Amino acid sequence: MHRYIVSRLLLVIPTLLGAATLVFILMRLIPGDICLVRLGSGGTGFSTQALAACHAEIGIDKPWLLQFWDFIWGLARGDFGISMWSGKPVIQEIATRFPVSLEVALLATTIAIVIAIPLGTISALKQNTWIDLVVRTFSIAGIATPAFWLGILSILLVLDVSQAITGHPWMPSIDYVPIWKDPIRNLSIVMLPAITVGYRYAAVSMRMTRSAMLEVLREDYIRTARAKGLLEKIVINRHALKNALLPVVTVIGIEFAFLIGGLVVTEQVFNLNGIGRLMVQAVQNQDYTLTQALVMLTVTLAVLSNLVVDLLYAWLDPRIRLK
Amino acid sequence: MTDLAPTPLGAAVFTDDTYVAPRGIWSAIKRFFLRQPVGTIGIVLVAIFGFAGITADWIAPYNPTSNDFTAMTEAPSWAHWLGTDQLGRDILSRILFGARTAFVVGLTSAIVGGFSGLILGVGSAYFGGRIDLFLQRILDIVMAFPLIIMALAVVSIFGTGVQNVIIAITIPLIPRCARVVRSSALAIREVPYIDAARALGYSHSRIILNHMVPNVVAPFLIMLTSFVGQAILAEASLSYLGLGVQEPVAAWGLMLQGGAEEYASTAPWIAIFPGLAIMLTVFGINLFGDSLRDELDPKMRER
Repeated sequence: MHRYIVSRLLLVIPTLLGAATLVFILMRLIPGDICLVRLGSGGTGFSTQALAACHAEIGIDKPWLLQFWDFIWGLARGDFGISMWSGKPVIQEIATRFPVSLEVALLATTIAIVIAIPLGTISALKQNTWIDLVVRTFSIAGIATPAFWLGILSILLVLDVSQAITGHPWMPSIDYVPIWKDPIRNLSIVMLPAITVGYRYAAVSMRMTRSAMLEVLREDYIRTARAKGLLEKIVINRHALKNALLPVVTVIGIEFAFLIGGLVVTEQVFNLNGIGRLMVQAVQNQDYTLTQALVMLTVTLAVLSNLVVDLLYAWLDPRIRLK
Repeated sequence: MTDLAPTPLGAAVFTDDTYVAPRGIWSAIKRFFLRQPVGTIGIVLVAIFGFAGITADWIAPYNPTSNDFTAMTEAPSWAHWLGTDQLGRDILSRILFGARTAFVVGLTSAIVGGFSGLILGVGSAYFGGRIDLFLQRILDIVMAFPLIIMALAVVSIFGTGVQNVIIAITIPLIPRCARVVRSSALAIREVPYIDAARALGYSHSRIILNHMVPNVVAPFLIMLTSFVGQAILAEASLSYLGLGVQEPVAAWGLMLQGGAEEYASTAPWIAIFPGLAIMLTVFGINLFGDSLRDELDPKMRER
């Protein structure tokens, strides 16, 4: 097992380095100049000296190789540098946006688990009945529905319903507050996005639960468990579900990592200031340091969740680690 | 007809877990329709939107880009079946033309991404060793890389437009296909007939294309169908963010941008119909894909 962990850990390094190289090059291939935008935003003209001074200040006058070295060396020391756009430390920029994304991701995951596992199991147990058909239709529809459209519709619904009940259209507030400060206001902001994202997420996990469950239910040990007269509840919960959940956990783990940085469209619809929108702004502002840090953050999350899933598999299933 | 019905004897066809394809493409299609009613509904949905995309020039009641400022945000009526948007454009016509954009982007991205992934996946499994290790790391990087940054970079470097949207959507599909194909191909590599082919001195490309690829066709086809749906959704999301297809081209995601939110409470049809078109199309594709999986996977059928 130790050898397996070490070899898997070592493979993380080239992936992270590769992603760092890719984002470094991509950002510099995008035409434009952050200094032109920064100086131009004042509305007045500026001299070439000012432009050169700006380049020198943020360090983009240096040769690419040197810039790349600074970036990698910074990463190695955990120093992400200063945002080229705002002048604030990158860590601080990310820290203000991270809680929203994390909260939506956590809530969406909870919603997905609560819906997916029971419905997926029932669907498998009642295969080819009308219950199965309804659950499958519900889940295929979830995968087919664009999250942003569902977002627009849900906002519309909330507006109309609140208008009908109270006479005033109700909109959640725009400023994010942490849940421990004002739980009601916090939930009013994150609940709708979490539900719209959670539906698609639940749909994916539900399909996974159903097919894994169907696979497991055909196994001989399930027949044995039934033959020895165990209660059906015990057969399902202890024998079947426990084994079927492995691939479901994989899907949930990988989706969760994706949700942190991947909710750009949902954040746009609900006007949430999360990591996804920050990423778009950073690229559009040509903020190299911030974009690089955000990419490394999401890539690390994705790689780590993959790693955890793999190790979990190896731990649960000796056949994998002994290969 | 009796040979097409799922009789108990039908199981004999699937002994040894091998799938014996029915004779001829037409009988295969007929067999699919008879055994997979849900998948048939899916095909019908896709066919309706596909037909709309192909014949939009003739069947659309209005020009999708022409504005009629006397008929802005009009509710659905006999003149405009699905109403008009904030610029007075007929929504039905825009949806019909949008189907063309969706299918062009969806099919091209899925086919190019899928086939590149197929070659990479099978090749990676066949050669193994260092080549496999190296390719897998590259694929890891692309898979972990945030899609939005990739899309933004492609659009910023090459500009917006249908063909660049296709590039941005295709790139992330490649590693996902390669992964799945590779794991199926790894199992096939160990089969004696591959050794036999090698011993006979066949070229690498002949072994890969003639002996390995046909064996991963089932998971590949299933993935390909799901890619079409995912690519259509991705195109809609990118266009909605303003990074995809640009005005005045009719695209479903674009129709939901701007006006749709602004006028959502006064003219909800602007927001409802384009989204419905996306949903029904992708729903149809997924229904078809699910049934295709049931049909191609003998284990699923015996259940």
